Amino acid sequence: MRYLKKSMNISEKIKNDFPFFEKTGVAYLDSAATSQTPQVVLDAMEAYYTIFRANVHRGLYGLSAEATERFEGARETIAQFIGASKEEIIFTGSATMSSNLLTYALENTLELREGDEILLSAMEHHSSIVPLQELAQRKKLKLVYIPLAEGFALDYKEAKRLITPRTKIVAVMRASNVLGTINDVRAISQTARKNGAIMIVDATSAAGHAPLSVKDLDCDYLYFSGHKMCGPTGIGVLYGRRDFLEKLYPGFFGGGMIDRVTREKSSWREVPGRFEAGTPPIAEAIGLAAAAEYINEIGFPAIREQIEDVFSYARETLSRIPNVSIYARTDARENAGILSFTIKGVHPHDAAEILSRENVAIRAGHHCAEPLLSELGETALCRASFYFYNTRGDADRLAAGIKKAKATLRA
Amino acid sequence: MRIGLPPASKRQKPRFAHNMDEELYKENILDHYRHPRNFGKPETYDVREKSSNPLCGDELTLYLAFDGETVSGARFEGDGCAISIAAGSMLTEKIKGKDIGELKLMTPGDIYTMLGIKISHTREKCALLAYATLINILAVR
Repeated sequence: MRYLKKSMNISEKIKNDFPFFEKTGVAYLDSAATSQTPQVVLDAMEAYYTIFRANVHRGLYGLSAEATERFEGARETIAQFIGASKEEIIFTGSATMSSNLLTYALENTLELREGDEILLSAMEHHSSIVPLQELAQRKKLKLVYIPLAEGFALDYKEAKRLITPRTKIVAVMRASNVLGTINDVRAISQTARKNGAIMIVDATSAAGHAPLSVKDLDCDYLYFSGHKMCGPTGIGVLYGRRDFLEKLYPGFFGGGMIDRVTREKSSWREVPGRFEAGTPPIAEAIGLAAAAEYINEIGFPAIREQIEDVFSYARETLSRIPNVSIYARTDARENAGILSFTIKGVHPHDAAEILSRENVAIRAGHHCAEPLLSELGETALCRASFYFYNTRGDADRLAAGIKKAKATLRA
Repeated sequence: MRIGLPPASKRQKPRFAHNMDEELYKENILDHYRHPRNFGKPETYDVREKSSNPLCGDELTLYLAFDGETVSGARFEGDGCAISIAAGSMLTEKIKGKDIGELKLMTPGDIYTMLGIKISHTREKCALLAYATLINILAVR
């Protein structure tokens, strides 16, 4: 094992686990878009491709059995990672695919009537908003949004007021991919439950960045992608409460999800297989499980300590630069490591371009959260996102780059 | 013969930065960005067209006044990066006094020439935002 064990003091050394840093030397501050991949994840996927590649749940030979065992083992690892059981984990292609699959399945299952309501937080990502908008249009449902309160947090009082017996679905993200705010989902899910609404949590920005427990969040469904938590691209996870999944009608159909097929009709496999039509992302599931094990090995206390330290340092450093405005809560414990900002006189696109010349990677734009940006009164923001492999040195390079951008544009 | 990448130690570090012209923020670009010409909504105009670049959030509204077939007034307003604002500023200067036939012959290449800088793939939409707005107006005239 190349990686550091249970170190409570993550340092520059952790970057050695990631081939990317040695090869590029980039101050990579865009892990909220996609994180980097540690060697252990690459190794796990390479082992599948070079030693035991076979399709799962099909072949009656040894290799297929091994591939199936590893794939199902990955399901077990991911289940433990979020405090769920194995039967509650569905592998999909991405967080967005999870969201779409869930929306279709809910449409096929719930009795939705005209005028019923879907409640979303103002922070939601397009991957959560757009499928639900489409559902609302098809079923003539009303979309209602939980507004922001002071200080880049959700207005929980208002959330509780907005949940009524008409509310059928509530969607709140665990952490905002723009503001970084870690939302108190539990405070909302309990009210949702009392009113008989389905509670969906988008955990994409939180998974691997803060501990995640479906029991603590008290949610019915939860989804995230693999590639923002050191895993590969092309895999997402959809969690569903066992008793809910048993009643949920599938969203996608085809091979792999059926029990019996006649010329006229078909019956479905047991849960969760009935939600995984087609050959699943096998190598990716194995890679994601390796990522979860790697994260567990470092441990969330150390991961949080590092993220919170670098976030606080960066927040303070940037706030000392004149004409820089910050869009994040002050307390690092309530943040997933995301620091959005604007520079007066420097458009975010120009800032990102000038920073990239300094080998600092940040994101600029609306970050797939246009409704949130309009609520903030902005069309674009710069976003620096910090993961446990980032250091105060990376934050210093960000600050230096911002000063350079201001000088270049004479702002 | 070994096919594939050489060992990591012999590999060149990939250039992270985009293929960018160091001269992207040239003096005249900065001048047009910081002091855009023909900026702000005019009191009178014949056509108004709004375009946006959803990727980076740039928004631009172009106002044109016509005297017969000739552009008698061109102004714009919006929120955008240095490249899109400079391009809007230069374009409004360039099209005033031109007739519709001439404008319809304009190409993206003319905009790049006008800006006088090398435009990378990631900045194409910024450079052409004002031009695309103009094209939308011309399409219905």
